[in-house]
Formats: sequence, C-alpha cells, structure tokens
Amino acid sequence: MNKETIIKISDLAKIDIKDDQIDDILTSLEKILNLVDEMNSVDTDSVTPMSHPLNLKQELRKDIVEASNERELFQKNNKHTDNGYYIVPKIID
Amino acid sequence: MHNKTVSELKKDLKNKKISSVELTNHFVDRIKSIDSQLNSFISLTEEYAIAQAKKIDLEISKGKIRPLAGIPLAQKDIFCTKGLRTTCGSKMLENFISPYDATVVEKLNDAGMVIIGKTNMDEFAMGSSNETSYFGDVKNPWNTEYVPGGSSGGSAASVAARLIPCSTGTDTGGSIRQPASLTGVCGIKPTYGRVSRYGMIAFASSLDQAGVFTRTAEDCAILLTHISGYDPKDSTSSRKNVPDYEKECKQKFTSMTIGIPVEFLEDLDDTVKEVFEENIKVLEKNGCKFKKISLKSSKLGVSAYQVVAPAECSSNLSRFDGVRFGHRANNAKNIDDLYKKSRSEGFGQEVKRRILIGTYALSAGYYDAYYLKAQKIRQVISNEFAAAFKEVDLILGPTAPDCAFKIGEKVNDPIAMYLSDVFTVSTNLAGLPAMSLPMGFKNSLPLGLQIIGNHFDEAKILSLAHHYQQITDWHTKKPKVSGD
Repeated sequence: MNKETIIKISDLAKIDIKDDQIDDILTSLEKILNLVDEMNSVDTDSVTPMSHPLNLKQELRKDIVEASNERELFQKNNKHTDNGYYIVPKIID
Repeated sequence: MHNKTVSELKKDLKNKKISSVELTNHFVDRIKSIDSQLNSFISLTEEYAIAQAKKIDLEISKGKIRPLAGIPLAQKDIFCTKGLRTTCGSKMLENFISPYDATVVEKLNDAGMVIIGKTNMDEFAMGSSNETSYFGDVKNPWNTEYVPGGSSGGSAASVAARLIPCSTGTDTGGSIRQPASLTGVCGIKPTYGRVSRYGMIAFASSLDQAGVFTRTAEDCAILLTHISGYDPKDSTSSRKNVPDYEKECKQKFTSMTIGIPVEFLEDLDDTVKEVFEENIKVLEKNGCKFKKISLKSSKLGVSAYQVVAPAECSSNLSRFDGVRFGHRANNAKNIDDLYKKSRSEGFGQEVKRRILIGTYALSAGYYDAYYLKAQKIRQVISNEFAAAFKEVDLILGPTAPDCAFKIGEKVNDPIAMYLSDVFTVSTNLAGLPAMSLPMGFKNSLPLGLQIIGNHFDEAKILSLAHHYQQITDWHTKKPKVSGD
C-alpha cells in the first residue's frame, strides 16, 4: 500500500482526503493490514469459503406486490425534491 | 421503582400497583437528572412515551393486557423508529426522521412497551468504546472517567445506571456483550437470523444481529421471546419456532458439560483469570462439569473480522450519497463533488477508515487475498465450534480481556481497540448465540462472563445464566451514580 493506493481507494469510496491526512491514514491502514495478514498463518487451500453462517440458501419470496412505494413519505426527509424527483447538481451539459 | 426488574414491573403493572404513565414519568425524571453525567441518550422521547403510556393504561383499565404492557424501554439509535429521529450516532443522520419502524421496534411496541428514548452509540456501530459517536462519549456509570464499551455503550450504561429497566442493542463483533461486560449488566446476542434485521441500520449484514440488555437473565429471556421470529421483510431471518425463553430458562436446571477454550485463558490478565476461575469453581459445585477444549483459530477471528466487517460496511454505507436522505453538502460543483463532500462531512474518522479498508479489500486484484481468505477463515472457525459442540453443551469464557479502559486511552490506537473484541468476534463470524453477564470486579469495575451456545441454543444459554444468578449476586450490584 502506498499514497497512490490511498488516493485511488478514496476516489472509489467517494471520500475526500486532504493531502496532509494521507500519511496518517496510510499508517493506520497498514497496521490493520498487518493484523489481517495473520490469516495467512493458516493453510485454507482445501477450505470452501463460508457463504452463510447457517449454511442456508437465500430465500425467495413470491412475486406479488404487497407494500407500495410511499414516495411522499420517504421524501419528507429531503428538502431538495421537486414533483417526486430529487434535485442534484447538473449532470449533463 | 427503578431497581425493579422487567419481570417485577410486569406484575406491578398487571396488578395496577403502578400505572404506565407513573412509571414513564419516573424514568424520564431519572434520565433528566442523572444522564448529564453519562450521556447515554441521544434523544429523549418524552411526549411520544407519555402518549404511548396513556394508551396502555387505558387498555389495562379495560382489561386488555399486552404481554409487556407499559414497561419502559430504550431503543439503540440504530433502530428505525417511525416519526422519531434515528441518528445511528452520526452527523450523516443527525436530522433523519425514520418513515417506518424496524421489526424489533414494531414487535416491542405491539407487546406494549413504551419507548422512553434512543441511546447513544458508536457511529454506525463502529467502535468498542462509544468514543466515535458524533453525539459525544458515553461514560461508564461505575467510573465516569472510563468507557462503557461499544458500540451499544448508551444502551448498556443506561441499564447499569437504572435509567431504564431494559434496552435494545446490536452486535456485529461484540457490540452487545463487550459493553454489557464493561458496565455490569446482561446482554444477549442471539443466533444469526433469530431476530429480524429489518430497519436496523446495516453495518456488516452477514454479522449484524439484534439483542437486548437487562439486569437479569430472566429479563433477557422475556424480551428475547418477543423480538425473535421469522420476518418476511428480512430474508435472512429464520423460520425456526421461537420457544418461550422465560419458561425454558426457569425450568429445573439439569447438569451441563461446559467447555473452556484453553486459548481464551492464554495471556489473560491475572485478575480476570482469577475471577473467571473462581466462577468455574462456583458452577462446579452447582451441577456443571467442565472440560478443556481448543478453539485454536479463534485468535484469527479479529483478523478475519477486520476484512469481512469493513468490506460489508463499505458496500452498505454507499447508500449515504447526500441525494435521497442524510447529510447533504452545500455548494457541490457536480454530482461527484456532492457525493464526496456529503460523505466526507457526514462520516467520522473511524467510519471513513473502515470504508477505505473495505473498499481496498474488495478492489480489483485483492478480493482473493482478503475477502475470500477471510470467508475461508470464518469456515475454519465455524468448524472448530461445531466440533466443540459435539462434546459440550455450552462454552464459557471471559467476555472481554479486561475491565473498562480510560476514555481516550485507545482512541488513537485502532489495533488495541479492535483487540478488545478478541473473545467476542468469533461467535459473530460463526453466527452463534452468546451472552455476557456480570461475574465480578477488577479495580471496582465490572467483569463479564461469556456463555456461547450452538446455533439456536439461546434457551440453554439463558438456563445456565439464570441458574448462575440464583447462586450468585453480582447482577444485583449497582453503581453509585444510580443512587438508592
């Protein structure tokens, strides 16, 4: 991991990081990755990765409309709406 | 009144010795006079509570008595509560009014409970000390210079200080059990899927589970019965029948074989070890047989957890984009700028750190080395538990490696903080139920005893916990701050 990696992942995660914070973040992430690397002390080549803690399969429901979308209620939390739409900065010139 | 358990209050309300409004006012007054020392609540929902209590009192007067009619409750501020502010301890949701109730909230409301407030917590449940909350640190009621643990620190501290008889919590890597241990109360994290996660703000979906805090195992059993069960709104919730945990835990205690993982006692703090071993002797005299077992990969739990939890959090928290709800930054130049500014202003340092680690672990070229490896380690840990449960009924150990630490002591050392969950994370990785209950003190700060069970063995855990509380009195000790 290096500074470029931090810049790349912060862009992927859509989080702004100031230049003077990069070193601190790099140090703390490296420490965490060192802890994570302890996993390599166990050989897991023959292990199937866990897909569910109880080995259950994903349940599917019947394709029936039950609850309707309460758009007006959900949009009460946001003053940047117009006629059921969300207002965002201009995307297309 | 505040020293009574849920079980006792249930009787008093049913026999009309007290009304729900009186009880609500009593606890609201206590919170108002004591919580300035603890900061365990983010929101007090007084008006809502009084209205609910009046409704319940009217029902009681007409002979309609719901199972938990009129009992005051605090909801961890991670549970969506319709019409009430739900912050998740974050600036991101500082002004978020939930448009619906979480299933846990709905179930407890239907049972007749009265929500008195929303408790403080680590931001998005990411922390083990309650120091990452946007709404300030929670203080440990036993000594306010110390942390109460986290992430459900407010829920634990409020029950310990008798500000509320019971509260809800969530546990992703120990967030119910570790604060229960550090504040001297009972806290249970059920089997993954036992309780619906609908409306519980997601941190790491394959690990998160809801549970409760109370002062006795019997009370834990009462509440667990009411929050458990299949929910069509959560496809990971289990269809298994829900037993009457209260009835089950109070049945005559039958002898059990209990496993002690040798790894849990290696390098353990001397006093914690002494207190734990003292408790084994007590249980040995009272019908329990002990057997040494090995969970040799459990020590890798923290490493695997530090991949799985951040990876899932980076995905879950991508919904906070400043567009539909939550904090929105001003003066964004374009849509990308809106996302970045809103997220950077709305999230605290620990949340950002976990999102970054998770994004890295899931980014192109690293998936096999991190996420896949961690899921394999999870399977190894789970297999070890499964082998152990062929030989023993339950597993016992300390909940945390030590008593509470001082506020500020570990805040700049994430690794030291993560290691405070060393005994709790493995059960989340394996989806197992576990509980913490008070077992003694170190330097006048509480220590917790952890009971781990096999999948859906909550009744067995509660039975041992209830039995333990019949022969010991650690659960009756209370901090000075709670008064008489």
